[in-house]
Amino acid sequence: MKAVVTVMLKAGVLDPQGKAIGQALAHLGFAGVGEVRAGKVIELELAETDPVAAKNAAESMARKLLANTVIESFRVDLS
Amino acid sequence: MKAGIVVFPGINRERDIAIALERASGRKPRMIWHRETDLQSLDLIVIPGGFSYGDYLRCGAMAAQSPVMESIRAHAARGGHVLGVCNGFQILAEAQLLPGALLRNASLRFLSMDCHLRVERTDTDFTAHYQRGQVIRAPLAHGDGNYFADDATLDRLEGEGLVAFRYVEPDGAATAKANRNGSARNIAGILSPNRRIMGLMPHPEDLVDPLMGGTDGAPLFEGISAALGSDRPAA
Repeated sequence: MKAVVTVMLKAGVLDPQGKAIGQALAHLGFAGVGEVRAGKVIELELAETDPVAAKNAAESMARKLLANTVIESFRVDLS
Repeated sequence: MKAGIVVFPGINRERDIAIALERASGRKPRMIWHRETDLQSLDLIVIPGGFSYGDYLRCGAMAAQSPVMESIRAHAARGGHVLGVCNGFQILAEAQLLPGALLRNASLRFLSMDCHLRVERTDTDFTAHYQRGQVIRAPLAHGDGNYFADDATLDRLEGEGLVAFRYVEPDGAATAKANRNGSARNIAGILSPNRRIMGLMPHPEDLVDPLMGGTDGAPLFEGISAALGSDRPAA
């Protein structure tokens, strides 16, 4: 089972990378782009076959290592 | 003072710290490889700057989970002294031995320049050889030094007097311009509640000899060395 962990900076935490990407998009002529936020995606191949257990395991990994919950939030999706 | 310097793969400032410690204490510090776990005999553990584990995932995230960290936690729990400089500060924050986190510099630029720091308190073993409010010079060399913590944590740090150093102008004013990495409330270095763990982004170890262009960093190492027992014979 594959778990996809999406890690984003929390709302309210300055994201200069997202800002720079937004400015570059405007420079390229893409109009109408509001706030841009950049994050990361981590894919995990899990041996677990039970979706609930797999999600719990991935969330535990996210809390312990994949995200720093002082500054980041995360979401786990299974596929 | 028996000092140890933790060496993670990718750390590159361990020899600078060793020079600063040896000059201050007269004793060579021990280098501690990241797989070692016996730190019982040490008074001070220093986590130096560099790019531990290539800064993968987040600066300091991998080092915070390495075998030596459990022993550093135990050392801290015994009331032992720990100093983290630059990547060492990031590692202490990731390990939650100090609160908050170090974000990407607000400018997105790697900073390689001198800054000025104001010494916020001197009743700590790390800062006792400075004067309160003294402005010192220290080199910066980081891409992720933007100190962040939620408002409640920042208020607690301020209220308990746990801010050790702030980025300031040469005249001591804490302006936005002097705060080059965008840190919350110009914070450059913080202390644990027992004031025995200190993390800071600038590099005091780079100014401990006139040949380096200054000695503003020397009192930090002399202070901690005097507090923990200098082996240097009295002059």
